[in-house]
Amino acid sequence: MLQSGAKRWLLVALLVIAVAQAASGWLNRYYLGVSIDIAINIVLAVSLNLINGHTGQFSLGHCGFMAVGGYVSAMLTIAASRAGFPPALIPGIFALSLVAGGILAALAGVAVGIPSFRLRGDYLAIVTLGFGEIIRVFFQTFEPAGAASGLKGIPNHTTFLWAWSFAAITVYVVASLVNSTYGRGFLAVHDDEIAAGAMGVNPIRYKLTAFSIGAFFAGIAGGLYAHHKVFLSPTGFDFMRSIEIVVMVILGGMGRTFGVVLAAILLTILPEVLRGFADYRMILYSLLIIVLMISRPQGLFTFVGPRKAKA
Amino acid sequence: MSEFLQQLLNGLSLGAIYALIALGYTMVYGVLRFINFAHGDVFMLGAFAGYFLAPSVARVFPPGSIAGALVVLITVMAICAGIGASIEYLAYRPLRRRPRLTVLITAIGVSLFIEFTCQHRLVFGASPRTFPELLANKTLHLGGLTVNTNQLVVITLTALLLGGLSFVVQRTKVGTAMRAVAFNEQAAALMGVNINRIISFTFALGSALAGAGGILFAMTYTKIEPLMGVQTGLKAFVAAVLGGIGNLPGAALGGLVLGVVETLAGGVQGLSNYRDGIAFAALILILLFRPAGLLGRAQIEKV
Repeated sequence: MLQSGAKRWLLVALLVIAVAQAASGWLNRYYLGVSIDIAINIVLAVSLNLINGHTGQFSLGHCGFMAVGGYVSAMLTIAASRAGFPPALIPGIFALSLVAGGILAALAGVAVGIPSFRLRGDYLAIVTLGFGEIIRVFFQTFEPAGAASGLKGIPNHTTFLWAWSFAAITVYVVASLVNSTYGRGFLAVHDDEIAAGAMGVNPIRYKLTAFSIGAFFAGIAGGLYAHHKVFLSPTGFDFMRSIEIVVMVILGGMGRTFGVVLAAILLTILPEVLRGFADYRMILYSLLIIVLMISRPQGLFTFVGPRKAKA
Repeated sequence: MSEFLQQLLNGLSLGAIYALIALGYTMVYGVLRFINFAHGDVFMLGAFAGYFLAPSVARVFPPGSIAGALVVLITVMAICAGIGASIEYLAYRPLRRRPRLTVLITAIGVSLFIEFTCQHRLVFGASPRTFPELLANKTLHLGGLTVNTNQLVVITLTALLLGGLSFVVQRTKVGTAMRAVAFNEQAAALMGVNINRIISFTFALGSALAGAGGILFAMTYTKIEPLMGVQTGLKAFVAAVLGGIGNLPGAALGGLVLGVVETLAGGVQGLSNYRDGIAFAALILILLFRPAGLLGRAQIEKV
């Protein structure tokens, strides 16, 4: 089955990239843009799945981490392009800026993870939501990043290869982490925190790991997003964006990597396909969420018995 | 000092509106244990219902009269009660026995549906509208304080509604049933409580309060638009959590605390830009020290 075996994941991912790279030549700009969006959303959804699905925490602030990563890496590459590095160094600088954004986002993830020692369920959800909003308000007033008018002039570095490589890396890392001996701890914390603690699994450590790794990849996704759209606006990182990612995870089936990837693809393409309906497309999109939740609550692509879902 | 009192008063009138909306969140949480994300949109629909009702009411009652304002308020509350109960019937009832997360996402879907439908040009359109003046707004000077009659109306009306709510919940049969369902749904059903009817009633009651909040908000800030419920609803939800979700006095207290903290922080030089963030920062700080909210009781998990 595709549910386990991290190595198989890597193989699938490499195959996808190889096909994608070969295909990127004959895709027009619009399809290319949408496919990069898909890759970014896969990174976001799979990394959130580690926190919400596998570890059973409930984070509503995922795009806050994305904002941190996006702004940090964009400001770094803007500074680098002003400093005038030779073009040969640009991919390296871009990679470094992405990782730097990811690391800062991971630090933010640790800060958000700390309340999860004491708070559970809805209280944790609202605190993560609050953190996301605080980060957004911070960038809205942060003058060096353009404050409310947004950060302009970001170099266009995100290519097909970059976006899909990071999508593959994210899927690989999360899948192999969860399927490793160490990673069983995430599932233990998800299923029963108290029992896990009694068995010598330290829930605090696992929650912090989940939050920091999830946030790291969200930060990378933010960096990719920034260099794809070449413009960042704080309003793009509002609470609705986090909700979108949560919807991907839940429709994909909590804790099911394969389903979440499919859901990320579907929910990115759906609004594009509905573009033909112009004014009605977001209405249709929201109706579809309601209908899907009523008809397939276990996730769109889950066909085996349900795993215990916990809020 | 008078500056401080002035801000306190402004904060209380904002907090009163938060409190009205927060009560709906907390009541629904009490009986169904999920966050009704569409609640903020019911608040918005209340404001718009008032906007469309006010001109026709003004034809019967003299404009700016108390009777006219009351007629608008009561009609809007009734309309919102109907909307809230129908949302529950259509979207949440089919999911009654499902995991809470499923219901939560459905609630988000309902919220998006209302927002996008209302933004459509055939419905309300996306551009803001100016709410008509229901009551003549006078400015009074009391000592060093500047008081809008609107602020007084908001605070008085909220106090009255809170009193009414507490009477319904504590003293009436249906209120007793509500508390019973919140305490233990199965046991309540065994005692002959019609669970579905009580849940509908809870939604109607909470939505009526949100509708009243919508009118009061529109009277105070005069601009209404289809997305007005998003930020206000979020803040009200924060207020409900702040006070301890599921706890009615807690929601009222949380609303007032949030309104006052936000307004006071907005008055401080250099902090005013961070106004929206401060509400959440206060929430996180309070929850770190009181994880179950101000008035919530910490639940000990039994193994």
